[in-house]
Amino acid sequence: MNVLKIATAGSVDDGKSTLIGRLLYDTKSLTDDKLEAIEKTSKQKGYDYLDFSLATDGLVAEREQGITIDVAHIYFSTATKSYIIADTPGHVEYTRNMVTGASTSQAAIILIDARKGVIEQTNRHFFINNMLRVKDVIVAINKMDLVDFSEEKYNAIKADFEKLMAKREYQDQKITFIPVSALKGDNVVNKSENMEWYKGQTLLEHFEDLDRKDIFNVGTPRFPVQYVIRPKTDEFHDFRGFAGKVYGGELNVGDEVVVLPSMTKSKIKDIYFYDKKYKTATRRSSVTITLEDEVNVSRGDMLVKVGDLPTIGKEFTATVSWMDSDKLTTGKKYVVQHGVNKVLAKVDNIHHKINPDYSGVHAAINGLEMNDIAQVTFKLNKPIFYDSFKDHRTNGSFILIDPQTNTTAGAGFIN
Amino acid sequence: MEIAEIETTIKNNLVKVDTNALESEAIYILREVAAQFERPVLLFSGGKDSITLVRLAQKAFWPAKIPFPLMHIDTGHNFPETIAFRDKLVKELGVELIVRNVQDSIDEGKVIEETGKYSSRNMLQTTTLLDAIEEFKFDACIGGARRDEEKARAKERIFSVRDDFGQWDEKKQRPELFDMLNGEIEIGQNVRVFPISNWTELDVWSYIEKEEIEIPSIYFAHKRNIFLRDGLIWSAEDDVVFRAEDEVVEERWVRFRTVGDMSCTAAVLSHADSIKKVVAEIRDSKISERGARIDDKRSEAAMEKRKQQGYF
Repeated sequence: MNVLKIATAGSVDDGKSTLIGRLLYDTKSLTDDKLEAIEKTSKQKGYDYLDFSLATDGLVAEREQGITIDVAHIYFSTATKSYIIADTPGHVEYTRNMVTGASTSQAAIILIDARKGVIEQTNRHFFINNMLRVKDVIVAINKMDLVDFSEEKYNAIKADFEKLMAKREYQDQKITFIPVSALKGDNVVNKSENMEWYKGQTLLEHFEDLDRKDIFNVGTPRFPVQYVIRPKTDEFHDFRGFAGKVYGGELNVGDEVVVLPSMTKSKIKDIYFYDKKYKTATRRSSVTITLEDEVNVSRGDMLVKVGDLPTIGKEFTATVSWMDSDKLTTGKKYVVQHGVNKVLAKVDNIHHKINPDYSGVHAAINGLEMNDIAQVTFKLNKPIFYDSFKDHRTNGSFILIDPQTNTTAGAGFIN
Repeated sequence: MEIAEIETTIKNNLVKVDTNALESEAIYILREVAAQFERPVLLFSGGKDSITLVRLAQKAFWPAKIPFPLMHIDTGHNFPETIAFRDKLVKELGVELIVRNVQDSIDEGKVIEETGKYSSRNMLQTTTLLDAIEEFKFDACIGGARRDEEKARAKERIFSVRDDFGQWDEKKQRPELFDMLNGEIEIGQNVRVFPISNWTELDVWSYIEKEEIEIPSIYFAHKRNIFLRDGLIWSAEDDVVFRAEDEVVEERWVRFRTVGDMSCTAAVLSHADSIKKVVAEIRDSKISERGARIDDKRSEAAMEKRKQQGYF
């Protein structure tokens, strides 16, 4: 079954949780006991409608304050697809959480309050989803019931958003506008009876129509070795299998490959998934590969096809999204985790900070605070094998680990 | 393709790898555990989720054996069918099984048995679990929890760091980007790992059906002596569940949707006696899985509180 991961972004009170609740309700994904709990709590709070946000806000503090603190994951399925929604909050820590949510998503919903139109937050939501190269973006213009389902209002907001689109870096990103009322259920799962002027698909129809090839960005095959399987049993005495996940493309038995960083050449002998052999390892499948020759391969090494080499280097510049309360400053050392490979890195130069709302850059800054985005050059103690993020979402991204606290302090997308 | 080549392909069954995103993700996570940690353990309850984990671990490391032991925290109130199943599975796999008993924690005076109508050993498990983690110096504990089970679980990371006291700080969780899992910890800390985080109950059941995985018999419909309390169906076949004199016992066709401790797991009325029928029943179900778990019903935040204290 197809799995589609969707990130949602919206400001406080844009009705994000209500939209998700509506999706669950209209796809009949809310079970009776959950629905009962929502009815009970809505009544206690004195609402005269069902507060669907109660279906998603999980932590005590969130329910108390009526806000979403952390990335929450919500699941539902239809006959054709399984859906995972990464619900990210729209307040202070939004950049960190939105970058996180968007990193694993193939589609994103950007919510706009029809009464307010495109606001500064909208710029940020769009900037981040574009920076993360999320392939499919839905601009859901919500609360249409509060603007009398006005087509002019919708068109005006759409025109404003299109001005933003002209500034985006990732121009191939697919963008679709849908007028909705999450509270009343217009154009979420069911077609609106109040907006006959809108001829397009509902939100769910749009996602149902997305095909596998629409969902994933295309790249070249990369196989980072996670683990070497050596059974040391009589039956598999000489077995040396390289376990990992295939990214960006397919690998086939007989493919000529190069092992990085040793640059040794060999051929793929067998591709195993569990106890069966296959001809082709498909994208994003976790397989075990054996090679024709006895070559030295260990965790962190990478198999790539001959003639398809990534950049091998000890220095790179990347867009960094900072996520830690401790500042990133020039000269500081971090662990770069690039896929399953870890190397030590030193901050060589912070070039400029980028306002994540298309309002320009700040040069001459002395460090990065949480939620800052900036161009940073790193020097490494060992070479890594990377692609540019625009060519390869997996092999062009990394995380920064603070060696003092072990926390994931930031993420980066290589130029 | 040449005809000879096609014939070879068919003969050797050499086609495209048949896996889905969730299965490959889980296998990837299990391999990360084996690579990043020195002393991982798989927390095995005998329930369908941990049985699914075991199958995924078999797939991740074949033809080698699963490179970590299984550990069962035995409340002493498990369904006998679960224990028999556990012992058989471990024997077949040839892996090490560690069992630690809540009864021992009670005997040592570390925890006090609850009394009364709703008494359960569910809360007591946490102490036994944390003691066992310390005893064996486990740095990663693999569990079968899923984000769709419960709303506090929906905020859980795949690699979830616990401090020296086994506690979960929901506000200090590490962001998880792309497929990258950060398993760096201090000595004394440990990581709870949830490879099937993104699976739903239906995903698990469909997988069990597709893979023809054996599961304990209590998951299938059977005749059982039961009684009703608070709209839930309780087993009356053993002394574990407290039953008042006015609670009437009757025989009905039931099955269990989750297999926890007997004292906190309610049954559902069902005639689904095969995996196919169970999957169909789950697909049409109007009650969530944990709707039959009395341990979650203690309060709106029951799970969040237990997680903070170091629960599974």
